[in-house]
Amino acid sequence: MSDTKSIMIVGVGGQGTLLASRILGNLLIKKGYDVKMSEVHGMAQRGGSVVTYVRYGKSVASPIVSIGEADIILAFEELEALRWAEYIKKDGKIIMNKQVIEPMPVITGAMEYPENISEKIREFSSNIVEVDALSLALKAGNAKAVNVALIGVMAKSTDFSQEEWLDAIKETVPEKFVDVNIKAFNEGYNK
Amino acid sequence: MLGNEAVARGLYEAGVSVVSSYPGTPSTEITECVAKFNEIDAEWAPNEKVALEVAIGSSISGVRSFAAMKHVGLNVAADPLFTASYTGVNGGLVLVVADDQGLHSSQNEQDSRNYALAAKLPMVEPSDSMEAKEYTKLCYEISEKFDTPVILRMSTRVSHSQSIVELNDRTEVQPKEYKKDIQKYVMMPAMAKKRHIVVEERICNLREYAETSPLNRVEYNDKKIGIITSGIAYQYAKEAVPNASFLKLGMVHPMPEKLIKDFCEACEVVYVCEELDDFIETYIRKIGITNIHGKDVFSRLGELSAEIVREKILGIKPEYTPLTEQIPVRPPVLCPGCPHRGIFYVLNKLKLTVSGDIGCYTLGSMAPLSAIDTCICMGASISSAHGIFKGNKELAKKNVAVIGDSTFIHSGITSLIDITYNQGASTVIILDNSITGMTGHQQNPTTGYTLKGDPTAKVDLEALCKSIGVTNIRVADPFDVEEMEKVIKEELAKDEPSVIISRRPCALLKSVKYDNNVKVDANKCIGCKMCMKIGCPAITMKDGKMVINETLCNNCGLCSNICKIGAISK
Ligand SMILES: Cc1ncc(C[n+]2csc(CCOP(=O)(O)OP(=O)(O)O)c2C)c(N)n1
Repeated sequence: MSDTKSIMIVGVGGQGTLLASRILGNLLIKKGYDVKMSEVHGMAQRGGSVVTYVRYGKSVASPIVSIGEADIILAFEELEALRWAEYIKKDGKIIMNKQVIEPMPVITGAMEYPENISEKIREFSSNIVEVDALSLALKAGNAKAVNVALIGVMAKSTDFSQEEWLDAIKETVPEKFVDVNIKAFNEGYNK
Repeated sequence: MLGNEAVARGLYEAGVSVVSSYPGTPSTEITECVAKFNEIDAEWAPNEKVALEVAIGSSISGVRSFAAMKHVGLNVAADPLFTASYTGVNGGLVLVVADDQGLHSSQNEQDSRNYALAAKLPMVEPSDSMEAKEYTKLCYEISEKFDTPVILRMSTRVSHSQSIVELNDRTEVQPKEYKKDIQKYVMMPAMAKKRHIVVEERICNLREYAETSPLNRVEYNDKKIGIITSGIAYQYAKEAVPNASFLKLGMVHPMPEKLIKDFCEACEVVYVCEELDDFIETYIRKIGITNIHGKDVFSRLGELSAEIVREKILGIKPEYTPLTEQIPVRPPVLCPGCPHRGIFYVLNKLKLTVSGDIGCYTLGSMAPLSAIDTCICMGASISSAHGIFKGNKELAKKNVAVIGDSTFIHSGITSLIDITYNQGASTVIILDNSITGMTGHQQNPTTGYTLKGDPTAKVDLEALCKSIGVTNIRVADPFDVEEMEKVIKEELAKDEPSVIISRRPCALLKSVKYDNNVKVDANKCIGCKMCMKIGCPAITMKDGKMVINETLCNNCGLCSNICKIGAISK
């Protein structure tokens, strides 16, 4: 199972990580891979820390990524990038959205939001990409398209073509949001 | 395809006619997906006991039927389950119980395999989506062949994982004829005694079937290590030790004695790899095989993973850079605009002891709202408040129960009847947000719509409570915190039972739109942090002033109602 690749999409419940992973999943299935993805439903979706695991290869057994095994971590929020950074493998790529969402223990003052996350994250890998996906999404015309803008950023570090990605987006998102999402993807892809 | 979607597809392909379920993570999507098939009559029942009884009735009437629930839902449905084991079926009857190893979204981590043993029923367990679909179909064959309900055990990682599924067409199944047969369907002592004999014979026949069933599979590789496993644990073990030999049990009850004995003899060292209880291991030890490893190396708590299996069996530790810093956790929170926030703000302010229940509102127990004292199971808020009243009159003076609309229908009504019948005086707050929120927006009997979206009869909560014998019934808006505080104080002071209906729709409903932009006037804000007391994720403090995170805020305006100095406008 050594050819299996592992991607983690992490963020805060409500940020649209699920849709992002489904775009990726649909693309991988089209490309003929065996694909397994594990999603978060239920309680944690209410603003909690969420993680989606995507694994693909010739034949995939576990839907869960093991610690130290992820080829790519796509983080929608800084603290979440740090929380899951242990999962990155040596020289794996961490793509971090420069967005801060304070969790309740920080809001109530019980704990502090960690400082200098972009420095800290470099202890886990030298391969770090930081983006401000919110401004990319706003450029595309909808703040909610942060997830697809980030998919655009990640798409560049994969072996799949822009067309293949766009097809997967068209197939996955509801029709009325296709245009804005394609714009957001391109903003991320061409950055 | 999601594991749950695959079960729904399996139901469709198996020619199932009737589905009745109650939502519960991680089982909910099965029934939501089934609802899309016109060929299947699918409904949300008020609770799991009702759901299973509906499925039993449909089975008796001659068609293939189904019910889905989460693990704790089977506790509620256990009563019909144990006796349906005696009656057997007419049309095939299958139920899903979805366990939640790792407690992603539940109040306990029970292992539902024990129900199969106790109710003497076959239990089948898939390990990915393709199996989920195929096993679902096979369950109907087993059900009709052996005249038994069949339990399909799912778990969070199978239900909520996507993997590839090949589709087949639906097989239309001719309904069976209904024949009156009181020996089989009327379980009174004389008949049940005879049926018990049938049940014991059936489990022996099923054990025989397990020896050759396609559900149980031996994969011989390197025989130095043999692994007996089932469900998602199979996938972890396969990932971790791909060269080992495997006995994969697709049917976890009853288990095949000879198959297991042969496998254990063929392999040098045998590991039983299962999450939670030592269910498989106990059986293997019972048939006289003791040189196996199981819970001596694996935990009874939480989930397994490939890395745990790799470490325990091969002694290989994962390589990674550990995170050394303590970082803040991010627990789930009530959404911005959530109507529950107002009520918990008031309850916190009044320093009441709150008997809580299960739903989104259980999050009202977390800081800074910190306004729930207990949470046990669905419906327990009302009955345990009555218990406080009976046990400790002083405490009861400052005690209220809170319960959601779906939860009230599920099992709160009988508890409320206990209060009125047994001369209680508790104050019960029904949090009516017009939807079943926690599990992702299912219709329920108070919303006026069915699972399929058709308009239907709507339970009138006020009239219902009145008919039970509650005379003090008040309706208030949880965002009008002053009024709500007044109503709670008045009702609590009474020596009679009261129901307060806290009514405002869930902020995530499409019909809910708050237009005006909520704004802070930084010049007026004195940094008193009153607004922080409502625990809204969209509110933070920067340099001693309140700041609203505009991408999160949904303009509900609760904070402006709470600000004493009028610094927040709406
Ligand atoms: C016996 C049982 N069945 C199902 C569940 C899953 N569950 C938890 S809360 C809930 C419904 C909550 O709805 P409601 O009471 O309307 O409150 P809301 O979440 O909308 O605030 C369900 C179905 C459970 N915990 N226990």
